[in-house]
Amino acid sequence: MKDTTDQTPDRKAWMSLMAKAREGRVAALLDAALTRPTFTWLRAPEIGSVMVRGRAGGTGAPFNLGEMTVTRCALTLTTGEVGHAYIQGRSKPDAEAAALVDALMFTDAAATLRARVLEPLEQEQTARRTTRAQKAAATKVDFFTMVRGED
Amino acid sequence: MYVAVKGGERAIQNAHAWLAEERRGDASVAELSIAQIREQLSLAVNRVMAEGSLYDPDLAALAIKQARGDLIEAIFLIRAYRTTLPRFGASSPVDTGDMACDRRISATFKDLPGGQVLGPTFDYTHRLLDFKLAADGEVPQAPMREADPAPVPHVTGFLNREGLIEEAQPDDTPPPDLTREPLEMPADRALRLQALTRADEGFTLSMAYSTQRGYGRNHAFVGELRIGTVPVEMDIPELGFAIEIGEITLTECETVNQFKGSKTEPPQFTRGYGLVFGQTERKAISMALVDRALRWEELGEDNVGAPAQDAEFVLYHADNIQATGFLEHIKLPHYVDFQSELELVRKLRRSVEKSQHQEAAE
Repeated sequence: MKDTTDQTPDRKAWMSLMAKAREGRVAALLDAALTRPTFTWLRAPEIGSVMVRGRAGGTGAPFNLGEMTVTRCALTLTTGEVGHAYIQGRSKPDAEAAALVDALMFTDAAATLRARVLEPLEQEQTARRTTRAQKAAATKVDFFTMVRGED
Repeated sequence: MYVAVKGGERAIQNAHAWLAEERRGDASVAELSIAQIREQLSLAVNRVMAEGSLYDPDLAALAIKQARGDLIEAIFLIRAYRTTLPRFGASSPVDTGDMACDRRISATFKDLPGGQVLGPTFDYTHRLLDFKLAADGEVPQAPMREADPAPVPHVTGFLNREGLIEEAQPDDTPPPDLTREPLEMPADRALRLQALTRADEGFTLSMAYSTQRGYGRNHAFVGELRIGTVPVEMDIPELGFAIEIGEITLTECETVNQFKGSKTEPPQFTRGYGLVFGQTERKAISMALVDRALRWEELGEDNVGAPAQDAEFVLYHADNIQATGFLEHIKLPHYVDFQSELELVRKLRRSVEKSQHQEAAE
């Protein structure tokens, strides 16, 4: 097993990106980028929940808000790299694809995957977010004074 | 005498078959898909996620379809499913200050950094039926405008600067979890907030309304109401660092309430808090009002005996699945119970008749 802990900030970013991807996207982009390597399961895909917490008053003591569905798995490539995935929702194929990408990011395929999986995912998420932000901005109230009271 | 009876299997099977047929309705009308429910009945989906206490729009949409639109039945299905899931852990508390807001309004400050953003609201509509929706209408594109990428600060932060409002001090006490330990009194605020966020919307609304009408009045203003998405982050033990495991839509309401001060606190504003899954603003505002009413003791206020101040009353009656379970079980066979009641009433009548005879004889 190879050490895969030296790229923590970068790895955190790509795992977070894949966790929030729309259903089917990670698998589709991965298959368009390269042929999947062989692997063995360390932990087969498993659907479970995570208790989401909030804070009283937004900044105070934590409380349990409710759960969300999460699918996780872990695998080892035959070349030894380990990949993990924790993704929102209940898609086992997407969890498998995300764990494969995670493992492959420690191989020579990293540059290809960054360009053909991670960057497109990032662009899609930015576009979705920007569109909503712009629609919200269009509903911002512009106040104007009609009559000043002291005149 | 106790008589065990069996039977009804065929009747039950046939009832369920008819239920499936009735659920589908007229087969000449197109069937609803899960995606249609998720996309077009999204506020119903949000309510099922909030009260089902499980964030998964597709599952909530499926539950609504299966329950024929009966939202409490759908919530029941989600609660039952939830219990089958292994729990991977708990997230870090979400940072609502970092929310990508679709909507953000304040009833207390007109001009505030980030502005008043109305979002996709029913407010200011005329509540007239729109018959265009009955026909296949094209939807106009929502207008867009350049957006400021800066984070939108919490309104209560402005009042905090002047010390005019109580602070919500950061604290990392692990919160109690009513899905793991039975809800017991006295309930601290973390437990109350968990119970309220999954509470029945109608019940919470009525409790909140009762405080506005004078039963434990606490003069609430909506300091801020915001709806939008936040990332959910969790520590992954096998990795040794935290990652975002998803993104959820939340509605947050902070109320600013009048407070004359107590022996320990100067006159200042106090706060009520509502945070609910999905776009669920009626529920979030209601939750904030009820949260504030339940805080009477920690703020040193008088208990005026209002229902909304009674934590035991509020929390033990707020859960619609517990309530409907107990309420609806009385329609199930109680033949034996009732037989004993019948015997008892007959016996009582016999003894009353006997004593009347005796009195008449004397």
